[in-house]
Amino acid sequence: MSQTGLEHPKLERQPMEPRALKSIILSAITIVCAITACIPLFSVLIMLFYRGGKRLTFQLFYTLPPGAFDSAGVGGFGNAILGTAFMVGIAGLISVPFGILAAIYLAELDPYSKISEIARFCAKTMTGLPSIIAGVFAYAIVVLVMGHYSAWAGGIALSLLMIPTVMLTAEEAIKMVPNPMREAAYGMGCTPAQSLIKVILPVAMPGIITGVVLAVARAAGETAPLLFTALFSESWLSPNDPTASLAVLIYNWSSSPYENLIELAWAASLILVVLVFILNILSRTIGGKIKR
Amino acid sequence: MADNESLGNIGGRTLSKPPTPGDIFFDKSFRFLTRAFTWATIFLLAFIVYKIGGEALPAFSDLGINFLFTSAWDSSEDLYGLLPQIWGTLYSSFLALILGGFFGITIAIFITQDFLPYQIEITLKNIIELLAAIPSVVYGLWGIYVLVPLIRPFANFLHEYLGWIPFFSTRLSGLGLLPAALVLSIMILPTVAAISQDAFKAIPQKTKEAAFGMGTTRWEAILLVLLPTASGGIFGALVLGFGRALGETMALAMLIGSMSTVTLSVLSPADTIAALLANTFPEADRGLETGALMYAACVLLLITLLVNIAGAVIVAKTTQGGDKR
Repeated sequence: MSQTGLEHPKLERQPMEPRALKSIILSAITIVCAITACIPLFSVLIMLFYRGGKRLTFQLFYTLPPGAFDSAGVGGFGNAILGTAFMVGIAGLISVPFGILAAIYLAELDPYSKISEIARFCAKTMTGLPSIIAGVFAYAIVVLVMGHYSAWAGGIALSLLMIPTVMLTAEEAIKMVPNPMREAAYGMGCTPAQSLIKVILPVAMPGIITGVVLAVARAAGETAPLLFTALFSESWLSPNDPTASLAVLIYNWSSSPYENLIELAWAASLILVVLVFILNILSRTIGGKIKR
Repeated sequence: MADNESLGNIGGRTLSKPPTPGDIFFDKSFRFLTRAFTWATIFLLAFIVYKIGGEALPAFSDLGINFLFTSAWDSSEDLYGLLPQIWGTLYSSFLALILGGFFGITIAIFITQDFLPYQIEITLKNIIELLAAIPSVVYGLWGIYVLVPLIRPFANFLHEYLGWIPFFSTRLSGLGLLPAALVLSIMILPTVAAISQDAFKAIPQKTKEAAFGMGTTRWEAILLVLLPTASGGIFGALVLGFGRALGETMALAMLIGSMSTVTLSVLSPADTIAALLANTFPEADRGLETGALMYAACVLLLITLLVNIAGAVIVAKTTQGGDKR
């Protein structure tokens, strides 16, 4: 109805116009999707605190698993906590030096050579290695050779999963070290090894630790590599024999007919998840400090 | 004197000196060590493939290629076939990919396309990342005692009224493909979401501004401009998510019901290669059965290696393209 006879569209937003309506509906669907995706996390956490929290006492940490016919409320899994700590410790002792040394070569000494390219590719491929394959491999090289299940085999299986994580995050951390620092070290007449150990690694340390902590968090929750390397045990830790771990305990007792054991499996899950979350938050705080 | 001190010359001695033979030796051996461990990484992956392949070889010559196309698992008769497990692995991963992929991409859009204030965006991102931190055995426990009772009435409703569709042709008796695939989709969602977010962030800001400048609505820009531009990276994310689902063990071993059948019904129990290994390996006899399991492990290893390498190559290719633009 304009004086000039030209029609012009209304310039205000028209919510009922088909195009705008479509946009609003799609946004609503997206919000619903995002909320739905958050439900599992909260459901898992609520159930862990509800069912596992009931059994959470100090007794759990220093007693052995109960017999099938023990009365409810008896027993704990001190041996499994110790076993998990021991095997993750072995895995760390293998994978941390392995990962960091290889990362130094990849990031600093010869980043663009053929072998670095191939090694980086291998490490990336290994991050996608199914965890059960790590178990089968450790079974073949340790259990079959030693002739019995042991904590060592479990630790070696876990280390296979930690190596690529440690290596790739350490490589990134070393690459982030500002160039002037390297140049200053070389300018002072440092050999490459001296500049690495005295200047570059200390600066990259927070990033490296982030990777190690994440790898430990992942390894602590892994079950499949331990199923037929460490097996399970009802007694205290002895590294040359089958060894209990929190993760295998949850698996074994989850389908148990005894209510007492199922309750303990929930309590073990609660402890495991709280531990993994603490490690994750820890790695985030360390990682957050680098960026500032 | 003051000049000399600032140069590090204290009492006639300089602080800087050439490296001693000891320093040079240390430097050489340190560098050798790092090189050795780099080689060890390559060697390790090759050794894993070689060792598992070697253990599978006797079973391979006994059972031959038929192992992959028959469907019996009977240790008393020494009859082994992997067809149901291969089918179950691919089918459950595919189901999980449909669901986890849809949610993962939607969430990546939600997080990267300025729907939310920064603070909530970060919180949502952290929640999704924490989903990946929960150990798979805990998801298994949650699946048995929370998810299965929750979906069972719904699943049986589907069977009663839509039972003529092959996907719902059996009752859900407890464990089965549906709860397994649901948990699996929760587990791959963070992978898909994280890599898709990277793909969206790699799009130059100008592309989006150009779309808005043409007068598109927010969703027209997302669906017609941003999604096609990021499609390479998103495809890579889906392939890597699929790779992760193929190798996932514990949640499936606990939820899928371990039955050697080839079925289309999502309400029926099934089996996967990883679940078969987890459930059978500890009690297997040291004869042909262990060999057959090694053969199965070898098949799983090859499938996941292929899928993961394909995914990594796709992601690398597409992010490289983004840098050049």
